[in-house]
Amino acid sequence: MTETRDIVIPGEVLGDMKERKSGYGTFSEDGKIISKFLGIPKDSSGYLSVVPLSGVYVPRRQDKVIGFITSVEKVGWVVDINSPWTSFLSLSEGVDEFVDLKRTDIRRFYDVGDVIYAQVSEVRGSDVQLTMKTPIARKLRGGITVKITPSKVPRLIGKEGSMINTIKEKTKTIIRVGQNGIVWISGEKINKAIKAVKLIEEKSHIIGLTEEITKLLSD
Amino acid sequence: MGMKTKEKLIVKGKRLDGRKPDEIREIEMKVGVIPNADGSAQVRFGNTIAMAGVYGPRELFPKHRQEADKAIIQCRYNMAPFSVDERKRPGPSRRAIEISKVTRLALEPALFLKDYPEMVVDVYIEILQADGSTRVTGINAASLALADAGVPMKDLVVALSGGKVDDTLVIDLCGKEDNYGKADIPIVFLPRKKEITLLQMDGQLTVQEVKNIIKNVLKAGETVYKKQKEVLKKKYSK
Amino acid sequence: MRPEYILKLLETGERVDGRKLDQFRDIKIETGVIKRAEGSARVKIGKTDVIVGIKTEIGEPFSDMPDMGILKTGAEFTPIASPEFESGPPREDATELARIVDRGVRESECIDLEKLCIKEGEKAWEIFVDVHMINHDGNLIDASALAAVAALKTTKIPKLEKDKIVREKLEKKLPLSHTPITVTVGKVFDKFIIDPLKEEEEVLDSKISIAVMEDGKICAMQKSGEASLSPEDVNEMIDLAVKKSKEIRKLL
Repeated sequence: MTETRDIVIPGEVLGDMKERKSGYGTFSEDGKIISKFLGIPKDSSGYLSVVPLSGVYVPRRQDKVIGFITSVEKVGWVVDINSPWTSFLSLSEGVDEFVDLKRTDIRRFYDVGDVIYAQVSEVRGSDVQLTMKTPIARKLRGGITVKITPSKVPRLIGKEGSMINTIKEKTKTIIRVGQNGIVWISGEKINKAIKAVKLIEEKSHIIGLTEEITKLLSD
Repeated sequence: MGMKTKEKLIVKGKRLDGRKPDEIREIEMKVGVIPNADGSAQVRFGNTIAMAGVYGPRELFPKHRQEADKAIIQCRYNMAPFSVDERKRPGPSRRAIEISKVTRLALEPALFLKDYPEMVVDVYIEILQADGSTRVTGINAASLALADAGVPMKDLVVALSGGKVDDTLVIDLCGKEDNYGKADIPIVFLPRKKEITLLQMDGQLTVQEVKNIIKNVLKAGETVYKKQKEVLKKKYSK
Repeated sequence: MRPEYILKLLETGERVDGRKLDQFRDIKIETGVIKRAEGSARVKIGKTDVIVGIKTEIGEPFSDMPDMGILKTGAEFTPIASPEFESGPPREDATELARIVDRGVRESECIDLEKLCIKEGEKAWEIFVDVHMINHDGNLIDASALAAVAALKTTKIPKLEKDKIVREKLEKKLPLSHTPITVTVGKVFDKFIIDPLKEEEEVLDSKISIAVMEDGKICAMQKSGEASLSPEDVNEMIDLAVKKSKEIRKLL
């Protein structure tokens, strides 16, 4: 039997307000801290939190995401970030140089269908703003994209990038992982990389996954 | 309720299917049965089989239906044409429309809808086989599907029916008991604080009988809650 | 998975899940899943999942076929099965699927409808074949047609007591003479594909669903999709469908 980490369900009492504070994925009621999700409980720095095992991507400031340009507006682009929240990349946040709108068709910078690696700069209500003005941001050319459950991204990356780097090395690919669950892969053994990513998605909660991945990649 | 029969529904303390008055039928639960859905579950109570699929939170159209401060939940209860004795014509009946509404009201209090302004959570319930207590079976499936989808919840949602058959108070009515019994009370509640979110009744009962049935169902519901908890945790421990 | 990637693979004869162009996914057939229906089957082709339930009623025969039973086929693209399915009146795809499944059963004379007459011109058995989608991952037509035939094969007709249907007493097996198998063949570039995934269906130029009888005869065809097909294409697709139908038939 494979060992798994502890799992809690919505409504499950995790602890007492007298001893801990309510962190992400929890709420407090009658002095108790209770889980909101089906997920993995964490206790750190005095906070009890729960990492959900599934769920849509909720954008947060400074998240690095991979998005698809879905429309070109007058002063920017609408971007699909695999979330019920659509996001917007304004002209000023997407382009460094000065742009004369009267003479320039901004499609030369980003057009419908382009894939970008960007950062969430602002979230207000259901308004999400992206920016390309950060060193990691770039247009991703070629390659393919795969979707995984956003909450499984940390597992895909691994401790200090150990998991993702192993996959990149063994399959000779470049991989960019968005916190929104979109993974971009380009290079040699793309199919093998996809298989590894999907295996992590399926078995992220199982201890011993690392061995399975190593085996898959060496075949 | 309301159909007449000469047959006795309880003989020597045993119901038509051999159960004791406070016994729930055989329960089977599975989650993650619909790959496309964000969350899903299949629940069986005896011969009643329900499937639930949850999509969301996701964008809501048309825009004028969006609520600025929270997500809305939409429910659709539907019976497959082959789920009942006489083939049912596809399309929503008035009964299905009413059940869709009380289902929504039963699930809403359990969800943190304020976390997803302007969005919608769609809950679809399909009854594949009907043998009494279909609305509560559907709601049990919906509760699992919502947790499976990662929709934040205050608690799971537990649903169970109680009633009176001949002169005995019973739990979990099957089809014949529903049709020929004296009363049918479906109840839905949040187990941690026993908050009742759905309460309906058909038939005739004394006040004391009603109160007893509610008490009995809340107690028997613990079994259903335990099974829900088990199946959710089991999904991730293969 | 984005369409360009799928197209790139297909151009070189490869598929996203590593299958050959003419290879079916794993098929699972389970009958008797809805015990209170007179017949039922659940078919999974890969992740595509459909249930067919068979119900029997007494109805009036069609005036131009007064001594025959009645066959009626319906299909629900339930919203549970895919994010694009919404509640509401049947979409054209659902209606078309129901009619394709119906044609396969009807034209093959799968059911001996003459044996279902109760009183000529007045009463006959009505057989309802209802398809209910559980999960859509492509090739709903083949899955539904297969589930329909698997369900019909295990269907029993209830007893009639003084003109009343007694469903607790299921008597005779539904009289069947033939087993049609429907295989849909898709075309993209110059390649013919069997059993497309949902994402593959979105890039097909056109497809034909072909119902094949056990003796190799064709009893129904339906072309869909926007592109046209040459006669050579059609011939090749028919041959491919007949070949694959033999494999599927073995599973029943």
